[in-house]
Amino acid sequence: MTDAVSARERILARVRAAVANAPEAPAVARDYRTSHTADDPAAVLGLLHENLADYRAHVHRTAPADLAALVAERLAERGARSIAVPPGLPEAWLAATDAVRRPDEPRLTPYELDGVDAVVTGCALAIAETGTIVLDGGPGQGRRALTLVPDLHVCVVLAPEQVVASVPLALPRLDPGRPLTWISGPSATSDIELDRVEGVHGPRTLEVILVTGD
Amino acid sequence: MGMPSFPKAAHDAVGDTTLRANLRHATHTIRDKRARAVAELDDWAALREAGKRIKDETLRRLDTYLVRLEAAVTAAGGTVHWAADAAEANRIVAALVRATGETEVVKVKSMATQEIRLNEHLEAEGIAAYETDLAELIVQLGEDRPSHILVPAIHRNRGEIRDIFKEKMGSWGRPAPEGLSDTPAELAEAARLHLREKFLRAKVGISGANFMVAETGTLVVVESEGNGRMCLTLPETLISVVGIEKVVPTWRDLEVFLQTLPRSSTAERMNPYTSMWTGTADEDGPRAFHLVLLDNGRTDALADEVGRQALRCIRCSACLNVCPVYERAGGHAYGSVYPGPIGAILTPQLRGTSSEIDASLPYASSLCGACYEVCPVAIDIPEVLVHLRERVAEEGGSGHRLEKAAIKAASWILDRPNVLAAGERLASATRKVHPKRLPGPGARQWSDHRDLPELPAEPFRDWWRKNRS
Repeated sequence: MTDAVSARERILARVRAAVANAPEAPAVARDYRTSHTADDPAAVLGLLHENLADYRAHVHRTAPADLAALVAERLAERGARSIAVPPGLPEAWLAATDAVRRPDEPRLTPYELDGVDAVVTGCALAIAETGTIVLDGGPGQGRRALTLVPDLHVCVVLAPEQVVASVPLALPRLDPGRPLTWISGPSATSDIELDRVEGVHGPRTLEVILVTGD
Repeated sequence: MGMPSFPKAAHDAVGDTTLRANLRHATHTIRDKRARAVAELDDWAALREAGKRIKDETLRRLDTYLVRLEAAVTAAGGTVHWAADAAEANRIVAALVRATGETEVVKVKSMATQEIRLNEHLEAEGIAAYETDLAELIVQLGEDRPSHILVPAIHRNRGEIRDIFKEKMGSWGRPAPEGLSDTPAELAEAARLHLREKFLRAKVGISGANFMVAETGTLVVVESEGNGRMCLTLPETLISVVGIEKVVPTWRDLEVFLQTLPRSSTAERMNPYTSMWTGTADEDGPRAFHLVLLDNGRTDALADEVGRQALRCIRCSACLNVCPVYERAGGHAYGSVYPGPIGAILTPQLRGTSSEIDASLPYASSLCGACYEVCPVAIDIPEVLVHLRERVAEEGGSGHRLEKAAIKAASWILDRPNVLAAGERLASATRKVHPKRLPGPGARQWSDHRDLPELPAEPFRDWWRKNRS
């Protein structure tokens, strides 16, 4: 690949020549806000709920004891008879559903995933100000394709420990070495006359369950 | 490329009433939404300034950050390639695809691959490249060109899109459903069915990136539909072609752009999907990842001390949506994948100003300044436009000699008030016989596209003397 090496050197030399006489750039001022929200877990959770719903996610709240029943109800309501199960998903979350489980071990092929009705996952964290849940492939979340191909995604968020107010508070808690997926509402497009339509290629339905209290 | 100059292309576009209605509806909808989304953040000015400075710092030490990025991507299992121009980038990508043994690829919407005309190059090599963004699909099926950075089919209305789907989907794969209506929901569903078979079998994906983090080697793609996620995660091989200016120094820098980009572009608090990946990951996503770093004129822009700020652009397209010239002329008139105000300064820098279209682009503006106001990285587009006009004028051409002569004449008259007053009175007295268009080369083109102002019955200064003094 001698060509590639020489292109590299050519480009770097051109960059260096281009900015050789440029003044130093002023230091980056970070006097923007770390958060736009009061430091109150209830307010932050309320905002998360509101913003998720604003972008057409279906949001529910429950106590840990009632989570399994709610997961089962949401799956049944949407007619989901089979579910992809990421490694490490707490078995208790699925205790009340009779949907067929399709564990992702060994990895399901894209065609197999396409034949599954739903996926249930946890998350790495959720961002209130933008109405975003973030997945990092950790236990109970699985690889990225699992939450992409099935048409229904049921995501469990543990509050308050997995909820942050803002993007600047989210990034330090994420590991860039892992594949990350930020999800703000279901798949959507605005490509036709800028009318927002939910549901193109990703899951058309996003159900978010906020688990609060003991 | 033989593209007509901006005035010529814009002249035809302005006469197309469907196009103007589509554009007006779309740009006004999004600019109003954007204003509301931005107003939610009371520190917008500080975020804008921070974004500007992060990009300026990046550009000032671009060599350092590119080398750092290369090391981080390589350490994470990726392979980095460097391409000085479009031909080199196309060669690299084609060779990488051929090495997989595949003859089709799925693509995430990417300005960089449009810029280098990758699809056409792959087609010549016997490789079919399928665009999977809904708007890009509409453009590809319609054998059309994109006309907006964010919503490339903004010039098409729902009826036109239905007709394209009904007519063309069948020859590219799964045909459009029987009795397809023109509701956006049904059209999106047709695209879902048509593309899903391609996603599921795809072995090679091609993308661009919105950001590359030098510190960590992380690439970031923001999108809405999930077609991006499909292309980034289902294939075995992923090839990302990214302009060298898309690098940012640190992981933390994303906190600025992930707040400003979605609100500026789609007017959302956050776009539905953002994917971030660093090299390759065991058991998740492609096993092979190739990053092609593209120069293709960017170092020329970097060398221009006024013009280099165009490289701060994060491709949000807010400037297109507020531009009165874009709204009337449409994206095709700019003769480049980068239309609107940012295109008018970026394209002539990337391609030079030797062709008719590129020399005309710095004039494709009324210099109203709205583009600067909305730019989330504070690119002073009017400043660069004027700077590039100077460059074009210095390079010569008949139009510009005429312009210089006119300005010389004007300053002689303006320096002599008596001559000016006499001229004004003469003009008022003879106004009934004035032509509707100006005669002569240069001047006639000007009044071809503009209504001449009517002269008042008496000069203002005479009126003032009579009534106020």
